[in-house]
Amino acid sequence: MVELQHNRAGTANDLSFLGDRAAWVRRCVVDLAAVAGSGHIGPSLSCTDILVSLYYGYMNIDPKNPGKIDRDRFILSKGHACSALYPILADLGYFAYDVLNDFTQLHSILGDHPNMLKVPGIDFSSGSLGHGLAIGIGMAEAGRFRKTNERVVVMLGDGELNEGQIWEAAGYASARNLGSLLAIVDKNHVQVDGNTKDVLNFEPIDKKFRAFGWHVEEVNGHEFTELLAALGRFDARRTSTDASPTVIIADTVSGKGIPFIEGMAEWHIGFLAGTDYERAIEGINLVHKG
Amino acid sequence: MNAPLKASTWYTRAKHMTKTQGKTVRDFRPLADLKDGRSFDMAGRDSGESALVSGSVLADLAREDERIVLGTADLQFATQMVQFRFEFPERLLQFGISERNMLGAAAGLASSGYIPYVCTFACFAGVLGFENIKTDMAYPQMPVRVLATHAGISMGFFATSHHATEDIGALRTVANLMILSPSDGPSYEAMLRATKDHPGPIYFRLGRGREPRIYESAQVAPTPGASTLVRKGGNKILIVATGAMVYPAIKAAEQLGDDVSVFDVHTIKPFDPSTIVEAVGTDTKILVVEEHNVEGGLGSIVREGLFDNCVHVPVYKHGLMDEFAIIGPPAHLYQYYGLDAAGIATIADRLASASGLPRPSSLWTKQDRDRVSGEVAANRKVRAKVTWAGRQSA
Repeated sequence: MVELQHNRAGTANDLSFLGDRAAWVRRCVVDLAAVAGSGHIGPSLSCTDILVSLYYGYMNIDPKNPGKIDRDRFILSKGHACSALYPILADLGYFAYDVLNDFTQLHSILGDHPNMLKVPGIDFSSGSLGHGLAIGIGMAEAGRFRKTNERVVVMLGDGELNEGQIWEAAGYASARNLGSLLAIVDKNHVQVDGNTKDVLNFEPIDKKFRAFGWHVEEVNGHEFTELLAALGRFDARRTSTDASPTVIIADTVSGKGIPFIEGMAEWHIGFLAGTDYERAIEGINLVHKG
Repeated sequence: MNAPLKASTWYTRAKHMTKTQGKTVRDFRPLADLKDGRSFDMAGRDSGESALVSGSVLADLAREDERIVLGTADLQFATQMVQFRFEFPERLLQFGISERNMLGAAAGLASSGYIPYVCTFACFAGVLGFENIKTDMAYPQMPVRVLATHAGISMGFFATSHHATEDIGALRTVANLMILSPSDGPSYEAMLRATKDHPGPIYFRLGRGREPRIYESAQVAPTPGASTLVRKGGNKILIVATGAMVYPAIKAAEQLGDDVSVFDVHTIKPFDPSTIVEAVGTDTKILVVEEHNVEGGLGSIVREGLFDNCVHVPVYKHGLMDEFAIIGPPAHLYQYYGLDAAGIATIADRLASASGLPRPSSLWTKQDRDRVSGEVAANRKVRAKVTWAGRQSA
C-alpha cells in the first residue's frame, strides 16, 4: 500500500508521485467501468488530478482514524464522479482494494453515487446535484462552533451550478464569512445533454461567485503546481476571521487522458472494451509521461 | 430558447434515431472512433426502443395544439424527450440542472395558457420537487404534467440517491393532483392523449422505458379511471400492481394458474377501487406489489379503498419494507426484493396458504433475500479481472 504523502507537494519528486497516482486512478476509472459494464468516465477523469492533489498532497485526514473530529472534510457534490474517488480511498487504506471488484454489483458498498453510511472515507452521501455546498456550510459552521476550523472542501460540477440551491448556499457562506469553506468547480465544459455553453450557458462563473462575495482562484485543473499553489493561497487567507469563502475554478477536460473521448458530452457515461480499452490505457500512460 | 446544437453532437445521432424509429437502432455508431463493438457511449446506450413514448406522442399532439410545450432538466436523451425537439426545437425548453426552477416555470407557463410537460427522473421530479408541485401547481390548479421517469428502484446501481420509493406516498397527500402510473408504452400513450385537456396538474409515474408491452395498442389501453383487470382468473388471489410491476405480476399469475387474477392500477389518484371490489369473493386474499415503500404506497391506498367500501379481506403489501434499497443492477435488485415474476409467484403462493393476514415481510424473508444473493453471486459474470493494488509506474 502506498504511504500517505501529506504536505509533500512542491518538489519535482512529489509532482512525479502525484502524476503516478493520477495515472493509476485514471486506469482504475476505466477498469471500474469495465467491472460494472458502464460508468461515469468523462466526469471522473476531468476531476482526477484535483482529487489526487487533495488526497495525496493536501488534506489533513487519517485513514486509520476516519472519524477524527478535526479532520478536513471533503464533499463530492458531483457524486457521479465517485469512480475517481473510490480508488483513492482504497489506496489510502480506507477499505481493501478488492472491494473495487464489486463496484455497482448487488450488495456492493460502492454505488455509482457514494453512500457515507457504507463507504469508509466518504464524509457525506451525494447523488442529487446541488446539495453539497449547503452541507459544506453546515460542516464549516460546526468547525467554527468547536473552534477547530478544519478545512471544508466541496467539489462541484460546472453543470451543477445550474441548481438554485448552490446560489442560496453561496450567498449564505459569504454573508457568514465562512473562510474555511473551499468550493472547487470542476469546469469540464459538458453536462449530460451537451456542452454547458449550449445547454444553459452559465458564464461568467468567476464573476457570479465574485458578485456573491467569494474569493475566486482560476487554475488549470490538470496542473498540479497550479492546483497546489491555489490551495496554498486559500490556506494563507482562510485563518483570518473575516475571510470570505474561496472558490477555485478549475478548468478541465471531460475524459482527460483518453484522447479519443476527451471533451465529448456523450462520454458522460460510457464503457470501453477490448481494443478500445487497450487504447485508453495507452492514452493514459502517454499523457502522464508528458 | 435552445441554442442550436452543432452537427457532430448528439443532435446528428438523435435525428438518426427518429428516422429509424420503430426499428432497432442499437447499431448506432458512437461519435468517438471506437474499434470494439462492445464499447458504448450514452447515445449508443440510450437509443433502444423504449416504452417512454413522451417525445413522439407529444410531438403528435403538439401539431394540433400550440399550447403544448416541453421542459427538460439536462435529461432530454435519457428521458426520451429529444424526439419532440426535431420537430419543435423552440418548444422544448432546456432548464439545465434546475428541477425546482423547471417546475415553477412550468406553472408560470400554465397560468399563461400553455400546457407544459416537464420531464426528469422521479427522484428529482416527485421527491425533490414535492413542494413546487404542491405550491406552484396543485394549490393554484395549474395544468402542468410532470413526467417522472425511472421511478422506484429502476436506476439500480446509480444508487439510492437516484431511487424514488417515496413519491406515491408523498404526492397522494396533495389535493388537486392526479397521479397516473402506466404500465407500458401503449397505456402511457393512451393516458397522455386522454388527459391533454385535464384542467389540473398530473404526475406521471413512469419506468425506465424497458417495460414489455401489456396492451396491444394505445387504442385498447386504459385511460384514467378504475383499475383494469389485465389477467382474468379466479378470485382466490388478486394481485394488484402498478407501473413496471404489472408485467411480472402477470407472468407470476401465469405460473400460478387459474385461481389468480391481476389488476393494473394505472390511476393511483383519484383511486377508484370499484373493479377490485367487484372481483372480491368471501375467501379472496389480495397481494399488492409495488416498487415503493409499503408505508403509504399503493398497498396503503388499496387497503383504504377497500375498507372505505366495507370490504374486509386480507391485503398483503409487498414492496420495500420501510427501508432504503441496496444497490445492484436493476434485474438483480428486482430478484432480491421479490419483485420479479418468480418472487411474486412465491409470495402469492405463500399468501394463499397463510392463515389470516401475514405480518409485514413475513412472506418474503431474509432467507429468501439471502438465497437470491447467493444465486446472483454464483452466476455473476465477471466482466473484467483487475489488479488494483500496488504502485504502478506511469
